[in-house]
Amino acid sequence: CGSGSPPAGRSGFSAGHRSFSSPPASPTKVCVVGGGPAGFYTAQSLLKGSPHIQVDIYERLPVPFGLVRFGVAPDHPEVKNVINTFTQTAQHKRCHFLGNVHVGKDITIQELMQAYHAVVLSYGAEGNRTMGVSGEGLPGVYSAKDFVGWYNGLPCNKELQPDLSHETAVILGQGNVALDVARILLSPLDLLKKTDITQNALETLAASKVQRVLMVGRRGPLQVACTIKELREMVNMPYTAPDMLPADFQHVAQALADLPRPRKRLTELIMKTLNEDHRGRQGVKRWGFRFFRSPLEVLPSADGSRASGIRLAVNKLEGVGDAVTAVPTSEVDEIACGMIISSIGYKSLPIDPAVPFDFKRAIVPNNMGRVEETTGLYCSGWVKRGPTGVIATTMNDSFDTARTILQDLESGAINVSVSRPGSSEVVPLLEKRGVRTVSFADWEKINAEETKQGTAVGKPREKLLDVREIMFSYGLCCLISQMTKILQSQMTLSIHSVH
Amino acid sequence: MAQCLCLRSLLTPCGTRSLGMHLRIQSCLDGTKIYKWQHRQVGTCPTLCTDSKSPAASKVTVHFINQDGVRNSVTATEGESLLDVVVNKNLDISGFGACEGTLACSTCHLIFEEDIHERLDPVMDEEVDMLDLAYGLTKTSRLGCQIVVQPWMEGMTVHVPKGIKDQRELAGSKKTQ
Ligand SMILES: Cc1cc2nc3c(=O)[nH]c(=O)nc-3n(C[C@H](O)[C@H](O)[C@H](O)COP(=O)(O)OP(=O)(O)OC[C@H]3O[C@@H](n4cnc5c(N)ncnc54)[C@H](O)[C@@H]3O)c2cc1C
Ligand code: FES
Repeated sequence: CGSGSPPAGRSGFSAGHRSFSSPPASPTKVCVVGGGPAGFYTAQSLLKGSPHIQVDIYERLPVPFGLVRFGVAPDHPEVKNVINTFTQTAQHKRCHFLGNVHVGKDITIQELMQAYHAVVLSYGAEGNRTMGVSGEGLPGVYSAKDFVGWYNGLPCNKELQPDLSHETAVILGQGNVALDVARILLSPLDLLKKTDITQNALETLAASKVQRVLMVGRRGPLQVACTIKELREMVNMPYTAPDMLPADFQHVAQALADLPRPRKRLTELIMKTLNEDHRGRQGVKRWGFRFFRSPLEVLPSADGSRASGIRLAVNKLEGVGDAVTAVPTSEVDEIACGMIISSIGYKSLPIDPAVPFDFKRAIVPNNMGRVEETTGLYCSGWVKRGPTGVIATTMNDSFDTARTILQDLESGAINVSVSRPGSSEVVPLLEKRGVRTVSFADWEKINAEETKQGTAVGKPREKLLDVREIMFSYGLCCLISQMTKILQSQMTLSIHSVH
Repeated sequence: MAQCLCLRSLLTPCGTRSLGMHLRIQSCLDGTKIYKWQHRQVGTCPTLCTDSKSPAASKVTVHFINQDGVRNSVTATEGESLLDVVVNKNLDISGFGACEGTLACSTCHLIFEEDIHERLDPVMDEEVDMLDLAYGLTKTSRLGCQIVVQPWMEGMTVHVPKGIKDQRELAGSKKTQ
C-alpha cells in the first residue's frame, strides 16, 4: 500500500481543486526547503489546490518531520500523530521527499529558483537565543535547544552528556519548551522508558541526582508563557510537588476576575499549586516557577571549573495588560544550582546570501508569505513568523502561504509558460557534488529499522543517532540496488567500449 | 488511504486518562486491508461509549458547513465521534483532526447551534484546555473528536470556524519558549 494510491482522509487531496483558466502545458514545479510541519503542510495544501503542481521537499537531515521528531517531547506521542498526515503527503504521486540535502551549502537558492517555478522556505528556526550574561559558556550551562535535541536524538547533540549530578536545576524561561525540559528531568523513569527517548538519555536520566527544577521568568504569574495543557501535566505528574514562592502571587487573586477565560484558567491552576502543602512528603521531587527575575550572571564554582549558581535581578512590572515590561530593581537574588538551561527561544538563521533576512526579528521578511524583493520565493512556518506557535499555528500559517502561491499562479505573477526541470536537474547536480539524497522510501526503511530496534526494548522506536548510522541503515538496504546500478553502468560502459 | 476508526468501546471507563487502543485500517490498492493496532494516549472519553459497529446503531444526519461556507450533509452512525465522521465521509476540511482525536491539537474545533450545545455531554478540563487555544472560539464551541454522535442530534448543523487567518493573532501564538 505504497505511493501512488490516492490518499483520502484528513488531507483530502481528492477534493476541491481550483480551476485554472488555462492549464499549463507542463507541470508547475514547486520546491519546498525544509521537511518539518511547515514544509509538509505547505506541500499538502499546494497539491490539493492544483492538479498541475508537483512538489519536491528538500530536507537537510536524512530523516523527515523536523521538530515533530526532534522537538516534541517523547512523552507526547499523541502530538506526533501528525506524522501520519505528513506521510500521506510524502506518498502522494506528485510529491517527492529528498533528504540529506543542506540547502545553502549543497545547493544554492538561486540554483533552486532556476530549476523550479517557485521556491518555499520552510526551514524553521535552527539557531538559539543567548542570555548574554557572563559565565554563560561555563560547563553546566546548556541551551534548551541542545538539551531537547539530546533527549530526542538529534544527531548533532548526541555527545551533549549533560551533567545531572546536582540537586537543583534552573531553567531560564517558562514557556512550553521549559516545561518539556522540566518534565523530562523529573518524570518517573518508568514513564520515559516507554517513549521514544534515546537510550543514551534514558541511561543518563536513570543516574540523575536532580531533585528540584526551578523555572525562572522575567515577568509575573499573569504573564507566564506556557499553555495550560503542559502546566496541568506538570501538576498531575506522579511523585512531584510544586515549589512556589507565595510572595510572587501578591495581587494575582484580585486580577483574576477581569482575565479572559484562557488566561484565567491558567492562572487559577497555578494558584491551586500554592494551596497544596507538600512539606514533609518523602521521595518527592519538586518543580516550581520563580517570577520577576532576570539572569545577571552565571556564578562559577570556587575553582572556576563549572557553573554553581545563578545571580538574578529582581524585577518590578511597568505598564498594563500584555504590554507590561519587567524593569530590574536594585535587589538581587541567587540560586545555587549545578545545571542551568536557557530556554529563552529558538531563532531562525539566514540560509543564503541571496535571500533577504531581517536580523532584528530573525525571520525572512515577507508579505503574506511572499519573500520581499524576490519574485517566486515564498516562506512558511517558523522562518516566516518567528519561533512561536504550536503545530496547528504552523499549519494555518502554511495553508496561508500555499493560498498566496495559488493566487500568484492564477494571476500570472509566477511565470509558468516556460517549463522547469525540477529535481531532474538538481539531483544530478547534487550527485556531482557528492551528495546522496535520501528518498521517502529510504526513510521508510530507516523507520522500519528504528521501529524494530524500539520494539525489542519495549519502545515505539529507537532513533538512530548518527547521520552515518542512519545512512548506513539505509545504505544496507539499498546497497544491493546501488551495486546493481554500478554494475549495470559498468556493463554499459564495457558494452560501449566493445563497440 | 489510511482510514481511522476509533473503537471507543475498548477504552477504559469514561472520563479517565488512560492508554487506549486505536485501530488504523489501511485499505490497499489491491483491495486488501491492513489492520494495525496502535496504542495511544486518550485524553478523556465522552460518556455513552456506544460501539459504532453494533447493528442496532442508528443513522443520524449531520450537516457540516466548512470554512468556505460550503454545506455537506452526511449520514453518521450513532457512536462515531464527529472526527470519525469527517474522516470516514472524507469531508474536505483542511487540517481537521491533526492529532487524530487525542486532545493534543484543537484542529477539530466545531461550532454548534446553541440548543444542541446545551445538550452535549459536559466538557472536561482537558478539552477546555485545548479549546482555549482554538481559533475563533465561541460560546458554543467544542472539539469534534470529543463529541459522540447520538440519535437526538438528528439534523443538527455544525460549523467549521471561518477566518482562521483573522483569528490567529487573537488566539494563536501560544507556544513561547
Ligand atoms: C522543544 C519543542 C517542543 C514542541 N512541542 C510541541 C508540542 O508538543 N505541540 C505542538 O503543537 N507544537 C510543539 N512545538 C512547536 C512545533 O514544533 C512548531 O510549531 C513546528 O515544528 C514549526 O514548524 P517548521 O516547519 O516551521 O520548523 P521545523 O519543525 O524546525 O522544520 C524545519 C525543517 O527544515 C530543515 N532545515 C533547516 N535548515 C535547512 C536547510 N538549510 N536545508 C534544508 N532543510 C533545512 C530542518 O532540518 C527541519 O526539518 C514544539 C517546539 C519545540 C522547539
Ligand atoms: S483531533 Fe486533535 S484535539 Fe481533536
